[in-house]
Amino acid sequence: MAAIVTAEGLGKSFARRGSTSPPVLDGLHLELEEGTVLALLGPNGAGKTTTVRILSTLLRPDAGRATVGGLDVVRDARRVREIISLTGQQVAVDDKLSGAENLTMMGRLAHLPRRVVRDRVAELLTAFDLADAASRHVGTWSGGMRRRLDLAAGLLTRPRVMFLDEPTTGLDPRSRQALWDVVRGVVADGTSVLLTTQYLEEADRLAQRVALVDGGRVVAEGTPARLKREVGEAGVELTFATPSDAARVAPALAATVDGARVRVATDGSVGHVRSVLSAVEAAGVAPEHWEVRAPSLDDVFLTLTGHAGTTGPGGQDRPATTTGVAA
Amino acid sequence: MTHVLSDVSTMTTRGLRLVARDTDAMITAVVLPVIILLMFVLVFGGALDTGTEYIDYVTPGVILLAAGFGAANTAMAVERDMSGGMVDRLRSMPVNAWTVLSGHVVASLVKNLATTAIVFGVSILLGFRPQVTALEWLAAVGMILLFVGWITWLATLVGVLVRSPDAAGGFSFFVMFLPYVSSAFVPVDTLPSWLRGFAEHQPVTPVIETVRGLLTGDVAGTPGLADPGGTAALAITWCVGLGLVFAVAAGLAFRARR
Repeated sequence: MAAIVTAEGLGKSFARRGSTSPPVLDGLHLELEEGTVLALLGPNGAGKTTTVRILSTLLRPDAGRATVGGLDVVRDARRVREIISLTGQQVAVDDKLSGAENLTMMGRLAHLPRRVVRDRVAELLTAFDLADAASRHVGTWSGGMRRRLDLAAGLLTRPRVMFLDEPTTGLDPRSRQALWDVVRGVVADGTSVLLTTQYLEEADRLAQRVALVDGGRVVAEGTPARLKREVGEAGVELTFATPSDAARVAPALAATVDGARVRVATDGSVGHVRSVLSAVEAAGVAPEHWEVRAPSLDDVFLTLTGHAGTTGPGGQDRPATTTGVAA
Repeated sequence: MTHVLSDVSTMTTRGLRLVARDTDAMITAVVLPVIILLMFVLVFGGALDTGTEYIDYVTPGVILLAAGFGAANTAMAVERDMSGGMVDRLRSMPVNAWTVLSGHVVASLVKNLATTAIVFGVSILLGFRPQVTALEWLAAVGMILLFVGWITWLATLVGVLVRSPDAAGGFSFFVMFLPYVSSAFVPVDTLPSWLRGFAEHQPVTPVIETVRGLLTGDVAGTPGLADPGGTAALAITWCVGLGLVFAVAAGLAFRARR
């Protein structure tokens, strides 16, 4: 299969002359295979949004080149715009217009014939479960509905490539699930999707390939299965009163120790978790707190890059003694 | 280029819907100008001697002042587009920068046309009796729209450049100031000499004199602007020139903004 989006050595800096702040993009490479989903996974400030803005012709790169559908995003920007759609981090719909009015406007701007616009608007409103609210002002809608409308607005033209910049940030779990279903439907219809996300789970659910972005470059790339294999599935995490308690428990388990905290990789099954807890009990020290936790973005970074993400999303930076798997 | 007209019409429809559903903008467009007219005519009018019926003198000024207030709404609407996600979506589509912005401008022209009609209507109820032919009406309204045009393009530029709704709203202070220091409400020879120099040479004064001249035949209001043809030419040059400058600047700023 051919790559529909490519980026080679993209560089971008917003620093003023003489400033020493590092570039936002520093030689970023990526490829999106036609008909698939590529997730750019990374913390805030990694360069995900800047990448999307360059690929969607909003920003010119300082270095490197990028193509969409074989067209250069700088030289052929206008033609690129005819085959892409962008759904940015902020919802781009008018609160004072109804759902149908919003979509109709976008269809007209995409230069579709009137009748096609009318049919397509009705089709999308139904497909995205928005038909009942279609005539109400969007300002009265829920966040999830607004996000779905936002996505629909980008789909009137059946774009070949869709860019989604953190499409589910700020959504509740049910809306997130609904949005994932929408994206899967879009891909089934033949659109290639490049999405950015801070959530490992989202990349896992949607993408065929995941590119881990940190410090303006792709630091690891592969299928979600491979990334997860390297990170380990979930972990039993136990917090003890003192590091020495933690050290006492660790030998009995295949555990990594981080101060008073102990992490044991698990498949999440009742049997395995029970055996871990039994081993802890047998060691004669009681944890202050324990939980089973899925690997977070922090864990992925720690494992694959050997350091925590530049500015982890809400995750505490902890100096850990994990045995890192080099990416 | 083939899509420019359809794009402008799409964006104008949007702009008009946003204005019509924005309570603030509607009050600014409909209620405020009428209150200002009543205030000038009923409160200040008795004390002001302009050599004519004050209502004849002040009506064009109220309309231009209203255009300034309305422009602040335009600046805020453009700012909302820029700071929200809308601008990114539009810029990632095959739509021209000026097309996007002109939706707000044309909507503003239509809105001000309505304001103009309302102010003239109330003014006529209050005793305004313009002695004009249909052609002079048309010319006067055309002059007002040219003025609204440049001030709206300026508002659009402000909306593209500023980074907060407050800054966009603050724009109204500037545009309020212009008509006050002109011959809109008082003859410029009543101003202190240092202000008079500004008032005689700023764009609002020739526009006011032209509109007033067309509607009431009163052309001797401002020294140096006694020739109606020359005054009109000056007014048109100001409006078209400033309009072009701000339109080009707004489009460039729109494209340059990241």
